[in-house]
Amino acid sequence: MPAPSAAANAATHPEAITRMVLARRAQEPGALLPILHEVQDALGHVPREVVPQIADALNLSRAEVHGVVTYYHHFRSEAPGQHVVQVCRAEACQSMGADALFEHAQARLGCHAHGGHGSTSADGAFTLNPVFCLGLCASSPAVVVDGKLHARVTPQRFDQLIGKLEAAA
Amino acid sequence: MSTAPITVYVPRDSAALAVGADEVADTLQAECARRGIALKLVRNGSRGLFWLETLVEVATPRGRVAYGPVSADDVAGLLDAGLLNGAPHPLCHGPTEQIPYLAKQERLCFARMGVTDPLSLADYERLEGWAGLRAALAMPGDTIVQQVLDSGLRGRGGAAFPTGIKWKTVAGAQAAQKYVVCNADEGDSGTFSDRMTMEGDPFMLIEGMTIAALAVGATRGYVYVRSEYPDAVATMSEAVVRAQAAGFLGDDILGSGRSFHLEIRKAAGAYVCGEETAMLESLEGKRGIVRAKPPLPAIEGLFGKPTVINNVISFASVPLILARGAAFYRDYGVGRSRGTLPIQLAGNIKHGGLVEKAFGITLRELMIDFGGGSASGRPIKAVQVGGPLGAYVPESQWDLPLDYEAYAAVGAVVGHGGIVVHDDTADMAKLARYAMEFCAIESCGKCTPCRIGSTRGVEVIDRIVAPPSSTRNGPQHNRPQQVQLLRDLCDTMLNGSLCAMGGMTPYPVLSALNHYPQDFGLATPDREAA
Repeated sequence: MPAPSAAANAATHPEAITRMVLARRAQEPGALLPILHEVQDALGHVPREVVPQIADALNLSRAEVHGVVTYYHHFRSEAPGQHVVQVCRAEACQSMGADALFEHAQARLGCHAHGGHGSTSADGAFTLNPVFCLGLCASSPAVVVDGKLHARVTPQRFDQLIGKLEAAA
Repeated sequence: MSTAPITVYVPRDSAALAVGADEVADTLQAECARRGIALKLVRNGSRGLFWLETLVEVATPRGRVAYGPVSADDVAGLLDAGLLNGAPHPLCHGPTEQIPYLAKQERLCFARMGVTDPLSLADYERLEGWAGLRAALAMPGDTIVQQVLDSGLRGRGGAAFPTGIKWKTVAGAQAAQKYVVCNADEGDSGTFSDRMTMEGDPFMLIEGMTIAALAVGATRGYVYVRSEYPDAVATMSEAVVRAQAAGFLGDDILGSGRSFHLEIRKAAGAYVCGEETAMLESLEGKRGIVRAKPPLPAIEGLFGKPTVINNVISFASVPLILARGAAFYRDYGVGRSRGTLPIQLAGNIKHGGLVEKAFGITLRELMIDFGGGSASGRPIKAVQVGGPLGAYVPESQWDLPLDYEAYAAVGAVVGHGGIVVHDDTADMAKLARYAMEFCAIESCGKCTPCRIGSTRGVEVIDRIVAPPSSTRNGPQHNRPQQVQLLRDLCDTMLNGSLCAMGGMTPYPVLSALNHYPQDFGLATPDREAA
């Protein structure tokens, strides 16, 4: 029986995780997106080294899998920062000051996102992603911090949320 | 001393969670435990009065009484004041159903919203749930289709195509396998009725899709939900498990021998996948690239098979049509826009939320009578109706009836019923530029007008708004010429794009230019305004 540390290592190894996901889902029709979701949910991103493994299991080319990973904003090939912050940039949030909030978030977190792309701070503490609508359009502006939604976020409120994360670190 | 627990409702809708509903619920439970009070806590959906979230309701002999907006810090004081008896308090709004915002609505689709525990089959059944499915099980497929046709229901996703005609096409197609797909990729800013439905009344969507499956002879279905809606994905997934266990889904629906299997699929953040053919590609595991039509998805859809594709609200409207008859639904509305629309009041609005009304209501009624004006207190300048691809509607058109045809006549769209309000600080040239930029970010890249036109559009708008400067090197940009270039570009995108992404991005751009020329540095209204 392997030592606990070795077992934990096997269970978090990207290829081992991917193998488990593929064993469960590869036979489903149109399985690629569900598989990528499960891999990213487990690992935080879709590492480049598992792309050939997924391609092989689904009888696709590596280019096809890479094309899907890079097409969708949700999937990332690089590990994100320790905390992931999303700020809505769509019209309803703009009408309540989201542009200024996004500027503030960039300065506060040391991230420089542009267009639809995210950015990770130099110290790896934060990844800031623009997001286009969280469905909280009557409670704007909206942000997500490590998966938790927050509505009516002012720059002051934003600093409180981030301050809590830093205090806990 | 009475020990019967008192029922208190604290919403679980993500708009409530985002303002601390979980903390309110936790504090309420802890405080009641400390005081030795028996509490029955129900996590309901949201009533859709978002400025009052977290809206706490207490069951009293005179009905449910509402308190809001409640934060965790308010809980102890509210209990002291007699919250559990529905006692007066500055945060008390009296009986929930009598709050004017709710009382003035015509809630058909959203009748159960915020009333029930979304995952309680008993709650659902008690309030007319499954009545439509039971009626449909007793009908041949073509009778179901005829009911939907007769109701006048049109696609609520934005295209407003008659739902019954779509179903009829799929029903008539010959294939061993057919599919029912729900497009729940609600990416439009200013819209949240799909999210509320999935989080707040998921069995209604399941029932509507099952009726569609019976009508057209499909046995498999998918709900394609945005990845930005994790709560909706979780609630829908749990609802499918519960519906299946109770015999409303699966191999033998309510003992009828008919089968329908439903799966929840999570999208991955591509706006264009709200376009139905891009969504099909995505469900098949590919990049969400738009397909050329024909073939129509009703003939060759998911995995090449005949497929019914409808929006969440279209499917969700069907159970009531089957339960109460087509005429009941058709009696609401105006002209060719029949029934009700769950309208979403969003952006810079004092009382933002969900307003379900029959077609025919005006923007002014919505924004002033319901919305109470802007949140900032400043004058309202522009309203974008129908999402990022919808036109900006100026004040001169705020008295038009909300009706697909009346809006089309002025170059606007009702779309999915999202209304985003901007006050007078809005820079319409900046919003027009954003529309082009958003298109550039989200274009699938298949057709040139959308892929290239959107980037050129950003550049042209930048040149139009660039401040005049005589000191710079090189020729000064000729503003009228650049405006003409923008119009030509919009014309190409409108007429040459494969889908609504490139084809409708000109709506916000041109409406901003036509109605707010001063924001583009144009002194007088542009006479060429189309």
